[in-house]
Formats: sequence, C-alpha cells, structure tokens
Amino acid sequence: MTVLAELRNLTQCFGSRIVLENLTLQIQEGEILALLGPNGSGKTTLLKVLAFLLKPKSGEIKFQDETVTDKNSERMRLQSALVFQRTVLFSTSVFNNVSYGLKMRKMPKAVIEEEVRKALKLVKLEGFEKRSAKKLSGGEQQRVALARALVLKTRLLLLDEPTANLDPKNASIIEEVIATVNRELKTTIVMATHNMFQAKAIPHRVALINQGRITEIGTSADIFGRLSRNLASFAAVDNTFAGTARITDAGTTIVDVGNGVQIEAALQKQGETSIFISPQDIILSKNPLTSSARNVFRGRIIQISDLGSLVKLTVDVGKPFVVQITKRSFGEMELNLGSEVFIVFKASSVQAI
Amino acid sequence: MNQILDGIVRAFQLILSGDPTVYGAVYRSLLFSGVATILAVLWATPIAMLLGLKDFRGKSIIKGFFTTLIGLPTVALGLFLWLILSKAGPLGFLGLLYTPGAIILGEALLVTPLIVSIATNAVEAVDPEMINLAKTLGASESQASIAVLKEAFNGIIFSNVAGFNRAIAELGVALMVGGNLAGFTDVLTTNISTLTARADFSTAIALAIILLAIVFGINLIIVIAKNPHVLLTLGRMPQ
Repeated sequence: MTVLAELRNLTQCFGSRIVLENLTLQIQEGEILALLGPNGSGKTTLLKVLAFLLKPKSGEIKFQDETVTDKNSERMRLQSALVFQRTVLFSTSVFNNVSYGLKMRKMPKAVIEEEVRKALKLVKLEGFEKRSAKKLSGGEQQRVALARALVLKTRLLLLDEPTANLDPKNASIIEEVIATVNRELKTTIVMATHNMFQAKAIPHRVALINQGRITEIGTSADIFGRLSRNLASFAAVDNTFAGTARITDAGTTIVDVGNGVQIEAALQKQGETSIFISPQDIILSKNPLTSSARNVFRGRIIQISDLGSLVKLTVDVGKPFVVQITKRSFGEMELNLGSEVFIVFKASSVQAI
Repeated sequence: MNQILDGIVRAFQLILSGDPTVYGAVYRSLLFSGVATILAVLWATPIAMLLGLKDFRGKSIIKGFFTTLIGLPTVALGLFLWLILSKAGPLGFLGLLYTPGAIILGEALLVTPLIVSIATNAVEAVDPEMINLAKTLGASESQASIAVLKEAFNGIIFSNVAGFNRAIAELGVALMVGGNLAGFTDVLTTNISTLTARADFSTAIALAIILLAIVFGINLIIVIAKNPHVLLTLGRMPQ
C-alpha cells in the first residue's frame, strides 16, 4: 500500500508540556485509521499536526513523499481538511459555510453550487442551503461541518471525535458518511475517538495513543483481540471494567469489578476479563425499578455534562458508570449533582472485550 | 423649559432657513470627525487583531494601557497636542496648529483607545479555533484573519460608531488645536460652547439638538443597515 503521510520522530510541546513525544506514524493511502486514546492523550494535537496547522518542535512530516516545511505548508493544507471536535461554524448560511473552502480555491460559481448540493445530500441535509448554520441543532451543525470538509475532496480527511456529543441518529448518519466517502471516493481518513466500539467497527487500523505516544498499532482485529486489558485501562473509555468472572448455576456470568460492584452478564466467561456496557443501554431511575433487568445499582450523580439534546451523567455506584438521558428527562426528574439514583441494565447489555 | 422649547423652535428655523453658519458647522463636524474616525480605524484595527488573536508577553499591559486611555480628558489631549504642534513644538514645522488637520489628528488619537478596546473584545469573542478552521479549509494567513474580522464584524462596527460618536461630541481637542476659527475650524461643539458663553442659549440649544439629531440619525442608519427587519417591526406597530 502507498504511504500517503508519514510522521517521523515527532515531538510537540505547549510551553514546557510535552504533548507528543518522539512519535512515528505512517498513514496508508485509502485507509481509515482510528486514533484511540483517552482525553489528553494527544489525539487532537496529532490531527492538527497532520492538518499542517501546527509546526512540531522536532521531527519530520512527509506528505506524498514531500517534506512539509514553513514554505510549503500553506500549499500542503489544500490536500487535507480537519473537522474539529467542537463544531465551529461561520455566522452565515449553510451554503456559505460549506462553500468557503471552494471559494478559497477559486472554483467557478456553478461548480461550487453543484458540489455544495452534493455534499449536503451526502450528509442528509438537502435543502438546507439558505438556513442559518448557527440556528441548526447540534447534530445538524456537525453534519454541516463535515459537509464543508467533504466538499473539498481532499486526499486526507481528519476527524476529531466526529460523533462525540451526538445523539445516536446523528452519530449513525456521520458513521455512514465516513464509510461511504472512504469506499467510494477512496478518501484516506484519520479519526480520533475514545469510543471503543466505533474504533472497532469502522476503521481498517487502530493506533492506541496515550500520553503523547503511540503504544500499539495494528488492524482492528489485532488490537481488540490481543489488548483487551490495555483498552480497559483507558480511563476515558466509558463503562469499561476489568474484573474477575465466574459462571453461575443459571448459566450467566457474575463479574466482580471491585468496590462491591458485581455485574451479571449473559455470557460465559471465567477468570480475568474485561467488560463494557454502552451508556445508551443503562436506564436511570430515582426509585428502584422492578423489572427483568439483572443489574440494579444505587449510587449518586458525581458529574453532569450538557451534550445539547442529551445529558451525560456519571453515577458512582462504587464504580463510575456513564449514563445518557435526554435533556427533557433530566429536567423532569429534577436531577442534580449528588442526587441519589438507581442505574438499571440487562445482563444482555454487558459485552465482553 | 421655555429656553428648551425656544431652542427646538430655533433649531427648525436654522435648518429650514439653510443658515450657512450652521450648515458649515455641521459639514465640518461630520467631515473632521468622519476622517478622524477613518484614520483611527485604519491603525486601530490591526492593533485590535494583534491583541485579539495573539498571545505575547506584555499583552495584558498593552490592553490595560488602551483601556485606561479611553478616559483621557479631551482638553488634556488638546493641550498636549497644542504644545507639540505649536511653532516651538517638535512638530511645529508641519504648520498644523489651528487647521482642520490638527483637529482630525487630535480626534483620531482621542478615539483610538476606544476603538482598540472594543474591537479587541470583539475579536477575542470570536471562537479561538476560527483561524485554524479557515486555514484547514484552504485560507492563507491573511484570508484567515479576514474570516475572523468578518465574525467580529458587529463588534468592529460598534467600535467604529462609538469612535465616531466620541469624536463628533468632543470639545477640548477641537477648541485647543482648532482655535474655533469661524468658517474654517469651528464645529458644532465649539459653536455651542461659544454661544453659551455669549448667553445666546436658544441658538446653543438649537445646535445641541442638531448635534443630537445627527448622532441619533447616524446610529439609527447603522442599526437599520444591520437589521433591515427593524423597519418592518416599526411598520407593524399599532397605530
């Protein structure tokens, strides 16, 4: 496979803080490469270096066999586009947002109109041209930002946590677009994520990044087959737990993850294991629920994050669990930091990793 | 109260009669303050971009310096400029004292700190990733700066209008370095001051009303230009 971009012995610092340390990475043409790591591991900085927005303190960047320097970085930037984790939009219409890069490239007006229309269709925002970009919902805004990058048909597309803070519907649209663009346009994509299941499902290769270093790189099958315990230790991968499993008489598995938390799973596992429960599979209740769910834990809310239409809550039941509920439910339940709640999930929601 | 009413009546008389003294003062006020504001915007905007976008040692001191200078008394600045532009001063050779050029220069210097401070805040309020966004979409360094300026447009316009308002309403600089020479360097504010000293209150009030009307009118035009639907809202108001 052809190497599209290469980083050699790259170090990046902000002040005295080393953010990327002696990092070497090759990006193959046509692949989807996931950078998987916790918050603060250097994923965003690495993407900005690949976007030629940041000049590294030391090391070399090569793109299509040409070394990137101060003199050619502006020209090189035309070959890549970065979609930021936090959506940044111009205070104008959707059309003007999506067409910005094409105007910078001095494309003819007719071509711009056609390409913008196609890009909006790809992200399922047909007819949105005249709407004010900043008045769209969070998910729609992120799709506009993606369309704005896709319309440029760059060799390299860089995505920083493309579906973080999105509801499942919008996340699904974006994941579908990523796969389509790679398959049909052969766009090379590097995406940063801390969503382990996204990293497993979409990319061809996964690079684990921690504290500014790439600790492992390989195909999804290699990484997730061999390194489940390392993955589970990533603090920012929500709801992953390492523990000791034992099979019950009923044929399920009880996994003791520590601090008195024992999780029942519809699996057959024995010994040391790592498990994951999707935040979307957990129900939150103010009172204990009588249901078929095998896992009911009482705890307190220790963190609340506003994700637009959703609210992300961290509940400490002895171990921290991340739960996602709609903002409407959050308001109706009158939840606050310190509120006592119950989390409930089925044994079948527990996945082994 | 009678004096104010007399002043309003006198204002309409002066406007409708086409009084050359009044129209001359209005013209010079708009011209001197307009050119001064344009000059100030030309050098203040790059300063605001630098302060708003870049981080460097001493930045907060420089920002504090401009903020402090907003409160500079106009007569103090006028005196300072008089000393510099007088024949004995270091710039006396320019022959600017008691000319329109001196007023324009003085007012431009007066409003610069105000424009810098407001414009800097406007640029700082723009998303800090805007520059990177523009660049990753293919913009050059200067094109990316223009993108930031566009995002800060409302704040920049506000800074320009605030600067113009301060310039046209000030007295100290115009009096000290302009000399209030009839038909040459007299403006609305210097005329108001002179008329009041002469106890011609109705004409002074008339000129003050005209000055207020000009300031109000210009600001209203800016508001409508930014938000044309304001006219529709006014049109729909109950009779």
